[in-house]
Amino acid sequence: METNLNIFLAIVIGVLALVFAIIAIYHKKLSIAIIASGAVSLMASILFLLLAAPDVAMTEAAIGSGLSVIIFFYALSKIRKQHD
Amino acid sequence: MIKKLIFLALIAGVGYMFWTGLAEYKAAESLNRISSYYAQDGLKEVGAANLVTAVVVTYRGLDTLGEVSILFLTASILGFFLVSGKEPKIPLQDSSEILKTASKLLEPIILLFGIYVFINGHLTPGGGFQGGAILASALILAYLANPNEGINKSIFRITESISGVVFVIIGILGIVLAGGFLDNRLIPVGSIGDLISAGIIPIIYIFVGMKVGAELSSIVTNLKHSPKNNVE
Repeated sequence: METNLNIFLAIVIGVLALVFAIIAIYHKKLSIAIIASGAVSLMASILFLLLAAPDVAMTEAAIGSGLSVIIFFYALSKIRKQHD
Repeated sequence: MIKKLIFLALIAGVGYMFWTGLAEYKAAESLNRISSYYAQDGLKEVGAANLVTAVVVTYRGLDTLGEVSILFLTASILGFFLVSGKEPKIPLQDSSEILKTASKLLEPIILLFGIYVFINGHLTPGGGFQGGAILASALILAYLANPNEGINKSIFRITESISGVVFVIIGILGIVLAGGFLDNRLIPVGSIGDLISAGIIPIIYIFVGMKVGAELSSIVTNLKHSPKNNVE
């Protein structure tokens, strides 16, 4: 029963990650695309946790969905100010 | 049109390659020789309750040193290209009172949690990289709350250099006094599960955590301080 629930959760999270990835590629607003790419990392970290790899999940959550999003936003703000 | 066809053929080819790999894939029934050695003898040999740490720091310690060096290279290249010029003359808009108050409350807790994660790396999931990233995220929160203040970058440079040098010195001491580079039997292994146990793993992870935290913080600080028209 518990394994069935885990598989169901994994499929839901995988589909969500795909949806976020498509948003990240095709959305016209760059800020929303950056947030969506961070959400892909968040989904991946939940998947790692389900696969019993908490060490990898922590790295993915801290660096993939935390720091890299902030760095993308810094870069985006620099590009915008240059355009104005 | 021909371009599109070529692209489609390329995608189909790559897909076929992956499909053949996937079709032949069979999950391993048992651990192979090296992983069963880690699983059976790792706990006794290294004394780390978290076996992942034993593999990352002791058996594959050289890889960890390489990863930290790559991160250092990235941070230095960013520091090279994002030359910090004059401070922006027009002060940025102040952040909201809620963010300021919350950051004052949360920063010490986040810093403490980061230190907990890398000091307990040999007992619970986590370690130097994760703890360092959490330390850097506390710094980002501070920057978001006080956009007009900055931290002297030399503190990151000094912390980073000292931790890197100590990491390598501990590794070389392993060659001289114990079995090899980064051997953790430099000091007694101690009893499994104690905070001070697993040989030199906690010491190495403290320095890795400080190094990674300083590197990521210096990347963020460089990005924050670089003049607006300096990115080409």
